[in-house]
Amino acid sequence: MTTRLSGLGQLLRLAWRRDRIIVPASILGLVLLSVGSAQATLALYPDEQSAVEGLAGIVSNPAVLAMYGPINAANADALAVFKTVMMGSVLVAILALVVVRRHTRTEEEEGRLELVGAGAVGRWAPLAAGVLVALVAVVVPAVLSSAGLAALGMDPVGSVAFGVSWLTAGLAQIGVTAVAVQLAATTRGAGGLAFGFLGVSYILRAWADASDSDVVASLGWLSPLGWAGRVEPYGKDRLWVVLLGLAVLVVGIGAALAILERRDLGAGVLPGRVGRSRARAILSSPLGLVTRLATGTLVGWVVGLVVGGMVIGSLLGAVGTLVDDPTMRDFLTQLGGSAGTVEAIFLSTETKFIAALVAAAGIALVLRLGASERSGIGESVLATPTPRREWYGAHVLVGVVATTLFVTVAGLTVGIVGPMSSAGAPGLGSTLGAFLSTLPAIWLLVGTAALLVGWRPRFAPFAWAVLLVGFVIGELGPTLQLPDWVVDLSPFAHLSQLPGGDFAALAGGVMTAVAVGFVAAGGVAYRQRDAA
Amino acid sequence: MTDAITVSGLRKTFGRTVALDGLDLTVREGEVHGFLGPNGSGKTTTLRILLGLLRADGGSATVLGRDPWAESTSLHRSLAYVPGDVVLWPTLSGGETIDLLGRLRGGLDEARRRRLVERFELDETKKGKAYSKGNRQKVALIAALASDAPVLLLDEPTAGLDPLMEQTFQAELHALRERGRTVLLSSHILSEVERACERVSIVRSGRVVDSGSLAELRHLTRTSVQAELRDLPTTAEVEAWPGAHDVVVDGTSLRLTADPEQLGGIVSALASRGVLALTSQPPTLEELFLARYRDVPEPEPEEQPV
Repeated sequence: MTTRLSGLGQLLRLAWRRDRIIVPASILGLVLLSVGSAQATLALYPDEQSAVEGLAGIVSNPAVLAMYGPINAANADALAVFKTVMMGSVLVAILALVVVRRHTRTEEEEGRLELVGAGAVGRWAPLAAGVLVALVAVVVPAVLSSAGLAALGMDPVGSVAFGVSWLTAGLAQIGVTAVAVQLAATTRGAGGLAFGFLGVSYILRAWADASDSDVVASLGWLSPLGWAGRVEPYGKDRLWVVLLGLAVLVVGIGAALAILERRDLGAGVLPGRVGRSRARAILSSPLGLVTRLATGTLVGWVVGLVVGGMVIGSLLGAVGTLVDDPTMRDFLTQLGGSAGTVEAIFLSTETKFIAALVAAAGIALVLRLGASERSGIGESVLATPTPRREWYGAHVLVGVVATTLFVTVAGLTVGIVGPMSSAGAPGLGSTLGAFLSTLPAIWLLVGTAALLVGWRPRFAPFAWAVLLVGFVIGELGPTLQLPDWVVDLSPFAHLSQLPGGDFAALAGGVMTAVAVGFVAAGGVAYRQRDAA
Repeated sequence: MTDAITVSGLRKTFGRTVALDGLDLTVREGEVHGFLGPNGSGKTTTLRILLGLLRADGGSATVLGRDPWAESTSLHRSLAYVPGDVVLWPTLSGGETIDLLGRLRGGLDEARRRRLVERFELDETKKGKAYSKGNRQKVALIAALASDAPVLLLDEPTAGLDPLMEQTFQAELHALRERGRTVLLSSHILSEVERACERVSIVRSGRVVDSGSLAELRHLTRTSVQAELRDLPTTAEVEAWPGAHDVVVDGTSLRLTADPEQLGGIVSALASRGVLALTSQPPTLEELFLARYRDVPEPEPEEQPV
């Protein structure tokens, strides 16, 4: 036993050294999410009476229940954590997944584990190190959230129960991921299994929670995320549910160790997929290559946006009742800034969130140019008669076309599903128009990424900071009462207030022109600099 | 014979690190030229400048009479390149990668491609992420060798290949020479260069310290001589002979290294003492190499470029 785990201390220190920013930052974010949103909600519903009225709109709406899980208690505390129980559980589970995976399969796939494993390191030690760091990442936010909620004056037992829901989801995901990283031989494969499990778990509980039938509702007990919801903080307070998560953790680690004892270093249990021996016609140009490499990502985003668009579209039916409250309406107006019907305000807000997500996808696609340079793979392409501007242009073009496609898909889905679920929802044309009107801001961010990667790939990750800061000051600037000139720096501050408002043609034109300028400048810089 | 590659006074710095410090290099058309040096001596940087991936800070470089930085695209039609650290697209199979690189280079010879895949025993259907280092190397080699490019730049192409595959590579290199292609072969594996190359350049700390045919280089380096003599002289006596160095007298045998131009005199001195056995060996490339590294004082150690 000791030999299997020898070197664990060293590996733990190494793992913690690598995670010392990402894990504490995620924990902080999670605690802010639970405590901050509870505080804001409590301020919105100062007494039990208004809380019960607020709940009435939720309990009767299947779409909301499908998104956030069941709510059976009629008190302000339960309403205060209604959204964060499920959102937080999913986020905690993702954090657990990412942490376990990056210290186990990723290390193994990239060969670093071999380097470490040749030293005095036991076979179980890397998995143990990953699991222990993940436990920190799961337990600490749960405990801090419980303490924070109790400190707000909320019911102490219910606050512990809230922590228990997050903990249950996190512990189960650690167990599941521990097995996934043993089964698949690649980081992507392991991610597919573990994220797939999480997705199925979410859909199963969404179906169960939205259903009227008791039989279907009981199926929620088959899903770890269903367990998180069924703790019912500030209601039934089922603290024992944590045992289910603990059981999955123990069984998962047991299974992972059993596989670990039998498999070779670097191998998985599932067979690796075999490719074609000859290339299809698409692999004949830089653009074809970049497109082919991005295909999986493109399909994933389109599927995700169709599902997300359907949820947003079906929520439109609920919005009318959910946003009766004038305070909430005021808040939404500030966030979305749109005029018009409640549905239009809601849609305008969601449009901007989708736009930020799509911009992130576009930035990631363009930054692949820098990644290929870092890994050394771009050298093989640039050593052929491929002009640099074509290699650069292929990445930018894929980024621009993909974001345009994504926004169109989201707009069409919401525009078709929305009117089906609510008579007050904007029609297909105006919904699609609202989504498309965000494109100049997205292109501007994609152009920023192109400029940075073309000029100095070292600084390319700043494109993420531009997106994040731009989104926060653009969306929350008015709420936070920032000076106008600060807010105006954000591309998101110049979006058209659609549907319901006017198309801001000048702002759109200027942003598009700046985006084109950035792309051109990045291309010129890329031609001038060392590219290896 | 014209020169395929000419480099003179090439300089390149990365921050404070001097990678190339006035490097000169000439590769004639149709020759296999060995580019020798240890890790970090500037071989890869030179090749990347010749490809136009990096821009030189000073000096000049031409490949087939063209400036690699200004005319990289048109020049690349005539170049095939195997990088030192072959990275493949993790989701593309080896076969797809060979086809892709071939098509980007303007097409490859189908028959030769098939033959190379067979000779190197490559499983083309595996994905890039599943290949071992040696197999990644094979993918890049096949892609380069299957092209019709008149000039090949190979950066430590046999790293990771097993001895059998190294043989195959040597045979292919021989075939390239037969077809009159120009090859610049960067390596630190001396036996490989000794077998394949007509001429070599030895690079050290960003400068070529010696260049020429192996025969020329050997001429400048001492030959090792070992003799068994009936009448063994003392160490001091032998050291007095002109051109004799590193003298060791041991039992009945004598070992020394001789300056090539004094070798005749030394042999007759040995003959006069009754030779029982005599072996004389020209310097191996390894000795040439070590000699170049012994003569010049080592400069201050420098940081590796990131």
